[in-house]
Amino acid sequence: MQKVFEKPQALSDTPFAYCPGCLHSVVHRMIAEVIDELGVLDRTIGICPVGCSVFMYEYMECDMIEAAHGRAPAVATGVKRMLPDSVVFTYQGDGDLASIGTAEIVHAAARGEKISVIFINNGTYGMTGGQMAPTTLIGQKSSTCPGGRDAAAAGYPIRVCEMLATLDGPSYITRVAPVDPVGLTKTKMAIKKAFRNQVDGKGFSLVEVLSNCPTQWKMTPVESLSWIDENVVPYFQPGVFADR
Amino acid sequence: MTTKKILMKGNEAVVRGAIAAGCRGFFGYPITPQNEVPEYMSVLMPQAGGVFLQAESEVAAINMVYGAASTGARVMTSSSSPGISLKQEGISYIAACELPAVIVNVQRGGPGLGNIAPGQADYFQAVKGGGHGDYKLLTLAPWSVSECFYLTALAFDLADRYRNPAMVLSDAIVGQMIEPVELPDKIEVNIPPKPWATTGRKGRGKNVINSLWISPDQMEEVNRRLQAKYTLAMEREVRYQELAVEDADLVLVAYGSVARICRTAVDLARSERLSVGLFRPIGLFPFPTLPIQWLAECGKRFLVVEMSHGQMVEDVRLAVNGRAEVIFYGRSGGVVPTPTEILDRIRKTYGRSAGVSHYRLNPGPEARR
Ligand SMILES: Cc1ncc(C[n+]2csc(CCOP(=O)(O)OP(=O)(O)O)c2C)c(N)n1
Ligand code: SF4
Repeated sequence: MQKVFEKPQALSDTPFAYCPGCLHSVVHRMIAEVIDELGVLDRTIGICPVGCSVFMYEYMECDMIEAAHGRAPAVATGVKRMLPDSVVFTYQGDGDLASIGTAEIVHAAARGEKISVIFINNGTYGMTGGQMAPTTLIGQKSSTCPGGRDAAAAGYPIRVCEMLATLDGPSYITRVAPVDPVGLTKTKMAIKKAFRNQVDGKGFSLVEVLSNCPTQWKMTPVESLSWIDENVVPYFQPGVFADR
Repeated sequence: MTTKKILMKGNEAVVRGAIAAGCRGFFGYPITPQNEVPEYMSVLMPQAGGVFLQAESEVAAINMVYGAASTGARVMTSSSSPGISLKQEGISYIAACELPAVIVNVQRGGPGLGNIAPGQADYFQAVKGGGHGDYKLLTLAPWSVSECFYLTALAFDLADRYRNPAMVLSDAIVGQMIEPVELPDKIEVNIPPKPWATTGRKGRGKNVINSLWISPDQMEEVNRRLQAKYTLAMEREVRYQELAVEDADLVLVAYGSVARICRTAVDLARSERLSVGLFRPIGLFPFPTLPIQWLAECGKRFLVVEMSHGQMVEDVRLAVNGRAEVIFYGRSGGVVPTPTEILDRIRKTYGRSAGVSHYRLNPGPEARR
């Protein structure tokens, strides 16, 4: 009998503790597949964030470091500079990367740090209970903006890809929306390119994944995907913002 | 081992001590009065085959140290008071993950932005933990340029030995002063194997560097392990120096640059036939509690002098535990106590009135005019 589907080697046996339908699980699996496909499991070091994916070190089979909230790009910098032949990635939510960790991500990008960043933009602080994130859309409700985000009080959502693409440092910046089969395929390809860039000695690569949070959004998983398509995509347009 | 006598600043000696000890990664951010550390590092570290990186902030720098230390390399950062405050979150993580790393604090006047003059008001922050949680830094306090070299090198050994961050607690005087020193070309470097390091899992199972322990029982277990290390260090790593203490009835207690000033005050007091000595803690954590307790039992009184409003004095009082009188004299905000004002404080403890300053006994040119 031929085996046609199995768990990637880079994923551990620990079952994901994510909510049903959460794209964190999907993106974890894609990262693991990419590590397997590139054959870099033995030299990959992952940096996980503070957020729902804080336990990523349990799910991956590569060496892992748990960073403080927002500091993953600095931690990754420390690792990569000491071990230039390693493959170093960070995995960060929007609170982690686009709020508390803005300085670290901007400067890692500006330095062209040879790391791969997987940025999960779900428009909320999933882990702490659905508070407003820097990427929460205008009008979108959260536990700290129950009437919907009001620009006059809370400013505007941050478009990380567009912002980082103004810098000369990054090699690859892209935004993907894994809400349908085409989007899923593009997401996997983007993650693979971000990792391959590092294998090829290229600089900073970032993949922003428009993700969901069915639990805090109070939607079914299917509703959450249509919501991304209808509301998030128009503001955070998928595309390639830098490729050099 | 060949040696040569050269003039050097304390901050440069820190750099040379670190590189001699095998430090191969430096991550820092500019702040006076420690700027010579990153400046010399930017030249000498690449020459030694190591990494120098000017970070975007102290927060980033300490997290780069966290990542770099995770690979098992000897790495460090340096800063001065306000920057050290910013590093506290990262230091807590480094301690919790049991990573060896060295942090240098060239203390300045505070609190707040303060100034760039010397201070010792970061003592509590250095020896009582500093960031959140129950942890300690192995803390060494140099009083000379030569000690900047040797104690920085020692800090790396201690950090590796205990898998714990170590701090070199310098100040603006020690960092900025220039002295002739004889430094060895090479020192013995023994870096232990680090099978826990995250270097890529080739040839072994995966390694994880982590301080998240959701189960309180597991977290308490980690805390117990940390405390056991600190207990061991308290037994093994006590460092201090005594000068003219044996026949003294009053013992000055001071560390770092203030101990240098106190040494002059001891000489002045001795010239007035006052039996005064100096006790200088070299390690601040572990603190030389037992030696001070012993001196108290011998019936000696203590005068603690600091560039703060009384921080180390609390550890002296804990050691003395009511057995003897402990007096405190401190200046702060960047003000450095002079030997004369310390001498006056000494005289007061002997019931003598403040004398004429020995500086005024030898009037300068303006005074003669
Ligand atoms: C310094 C610090 N501040 C705040 C927190 C609390 N905290 C934990 S997770 C989190 C938000 C994470 O949100 P995000 O990065 O969007 O990830 P998600 O949970 O949505 O995947 C916060 C604020 C913390 N752990 N550390
Ligand atoms: S709270 Fe949201 S982001 Fe977190 S696991 Fe659940 S669905 Fe995913």
